[in-house]
Amino acid sequence: MKATGTKVIIETLIEQGCDTVFGYPGGAVLNIYDELYRNSDKIHHVISAHEQGAAHAADAYARVTGKAGVVIATSGPGATNLVTGIANAYLDSSPIVAITGNVALPLLGKDSFQEVDITGITMPITKHNYIVKDVNELADVIREAFKIAQSGRPGPVLIDVPKDVQTAVCDFENKKPEKMERICSVTEKQLEQVAKLISESERPYIYCGGGVVISQAGEEIEKLAAKIDSPIGFSMMGLSAVSADNPYWLGMTGMHGRYASTKANSEADLIIAAGVRFSDRATGNKSRYTQYAKVVHIDIDPAEIDKNISAYFGLIGDVKTVLTKLLAKLEKKTHTQWMDKIQQMRIQEGIQFVKDGVMHPKDIIEKVMEYTDENTIVATDVGQHQMWVAQYYRFKKPRTYLTSGGLGTMGFGMGAAIGGCFASGCKKTVLFTGDGSFGMNLNEMATAVSNNLPLVILIFNNGVLGMVRQWQNTFYDQRYSQTTLNRKTDFVKLAEAFGATGFRVMDIKMLKEALDTAFKTQGPVVIDCSISQDEKVLPMIPPGGSIDNIITR
Amino acid sequence: MKKGQFILSVLVANHAGVLTRISGLFSRRNFNIDSLNVAVTEDPLFSRMTIIARGDEAVQEQITKQLDKLHDVKKIELLTPEKTVLREHLLLKIKVTKKTRGEIVESVNIFRGRVVDFNLDSLTVEVTGESDKLDAFIKFVSQFGILEMCRAGALAVKRGAMADDSDK
Ligand SMILES: Cc1ncc(C[n+]2csc(CCOP(=O)(O)OP(=O)(O)O)c2C)c(N)n1
Ligand SMILES: [Mg+2]
Repeated sequence: MKATGTKVIIETLIEQGCDTVFGYPGGAVLNIYDELYRNSDKIHHVISAHEQGAAHAADAYARVTGKAGVVIATSGPGATNLVTGIANAYLDSSPIVAITGNVALPLLGKDSFQEVDITGITMPITKHNYIVKDVNELADVIREAFKIAQSGRPGPVLIDVPKDVQTAVCDFENKKPEKMERICSVTEKQLEQVAKLISESERPYIYCGGGVVISQAGEEIEKLAAKIDSPIGFSMMGLSAVSADNPYWLGMTGMHGRYASTKANSEADLIIAAGVRFSDRATGNKSRYTQYAKVVHIDIDPAEIDKNISAYFGLIGDVKTVLTKLLAKLEKKTHTQWMDKIQQMRIQEGIQFVKDGVMHPKDIIEKVMEYTDENTIVATDVGQHQMWVAQYYRFKKPRTYLTSGGLGTMGFGMGAAIGGCFASGCKKTVLFTGDGSFGMNLNEMATAVSNNLPLVILIFNNGVLGMVRQWQNTFYDQRYSQTTLNRKTDFVKLAEAFGATGFRVMDIKMLKEALDTAFKTQGPVVIDCSISQDEKVLPMIPPGGSIDNIITR
Repeated sequence: MKKGQFILSVLVANHAGVLTRISGLFSRRNFNIDSLNVAVTEDPLFSRMTIIARGDEAVQEQITKQLDKLHDVKKIELLTPEKTVLREHLLLKIKVTKKTRGEIVESVNIFRGRVVDFNLDSLTVEVTGESDKLDAFIKFVSQFGILEMCRAGALAVKRGAMADDSDK
């Protein structure tokens, strides 16, 4: 059939299984929006308050569903507003397809109204990007974009479509979307060598990253732990991969990791790392990190092997596939001594924890957990509150936890909660945010209210940019430069102004009452939780340090 | 070849923006690039880039792997200097007088170069060869006065009949 560029865009999106898109209209995408108008029964478009929010929503949608999230923006400022969202998706390996309009071909390069070189701008933060100058190539470019975004190590892809390419006409036929294959280039010999290494290990530690979530390999990780009697630790991105109820679960390791997890990580003689990239936040001092341990590194991205930590063995492939093959080669082992030691570390962790103040962040999180279930999507913003959630929220199922890991984007939370909520079929969704972070994208409250989304938004209100303040406290002699906000913003009234419900709570009893209502309310609810400005995230390992430098109080 | 240098021959898709993608990757990843040469191949769908980069083995491996991830990169070969024909091209405008002309032309001949332009007070010559040879030539003629210099990045092909065997 004959089709215009915009028709090609919408048809290929539908063909790729896309039923929800996030975005914001404008001059250069008027035609796309016109086509969306006619296809509103097939594709649900969610308009955000700001394109950044739409990009985070698409990112979150992808993290929850495992399918590429789609975001649409106009040229110029619309496109540049996507940049943080795209970078965020890139650093957390989240598959999004961003479609931007651009000025017509004859106007390109002339500094035309709302013209920016968005492919140039996003080159270093996309897996790949395109500017499509011939409508005949458009359909296959979109198909390829979905394939690139979703295959191997996922990531964002951007497609820039000049306005006259959107209106140009070409031949179009639907095609079936390509099936994604699980890649694995591991040989029998490698597997045997690794199996031998594992059987010789006395103190193994399984280290799970975001790749385990993406690959849906939580079950294989649990089997591995049970078979070789090994504790399981996590990077922040890997946290939801295995249920916190698993007896081998130690939680997050690294700079703000839980004590037992970080301690076990540093004392292990073998680290079986799956789908991780050994970020500096996770390893600290790299030579100390592997002082006693050999590393088996499983990852789908060959460039990750030996990038930050040199691996004793690198197994390249889809984590689930590699682990399934490896499991078949392994024999049952027990490490009584090591597991006893781990138990000691856990006890130590319990003793270390002291709390003062009326309402400790841990109390808030634990109270919220009484209302949520294993399927509840939990989003966070960035700062201390994010770390507390990583430390104390007990995630049970993969793809339920949305946080900005690699980029650490304040303002991720609102967009993420919205995208996550849509992806869950508009089920109750929780956002833990900070007073600073919430300020960055609270405009998306409008989106949440318009769509009557059941969001429960908990603001950990310490009146400060807590995470930065903590560093100033520890490393800058308490010179609190520009981190004491103490703004006069009334979050309850703000929520009401947006058409939502708001509560301010000072203690756990008040929190309980607010949560009782919030979990019964249909639309978004903001709960402004007052906490101490001096509460720290502990333990903490100073940057570049190791377990030997851990600060526990 | 200087210490730590290595040669990459990269087959890439021949369309706009590819050069930016490749050079951008080097700067973004904090890799050093010493020279880069690119032109279309016998197949107009592809271009070949010859890149001379610098770094230890770990850097070499990272560069190769990161390049390999780019969608536009079709094939990468790491060429070993001993098994590679490496050529650089030099265009040099040299100041001449009646007195020096003879000696300059003689040196161009010794270096198997050619005079490509000729004026009363200047000579433009072209010399092709390995890096060291060009360096030596430049050093020698600098005594006469170099007016302008233009030197292209290295081109490299593997010796022998075998085409690329280290496929992606
Ligand atoms: C967009 C952005 N700007 C700045 C930062 C640096 N930063 C990291 S945490 C933080 C403080 C966050 O404050 P808040 O949201 O109130 O969380 P808290 O640490 O107080 O829990 C800042 C400013 C960042 N991560 N992202
Ligand atoms: Mg705060």
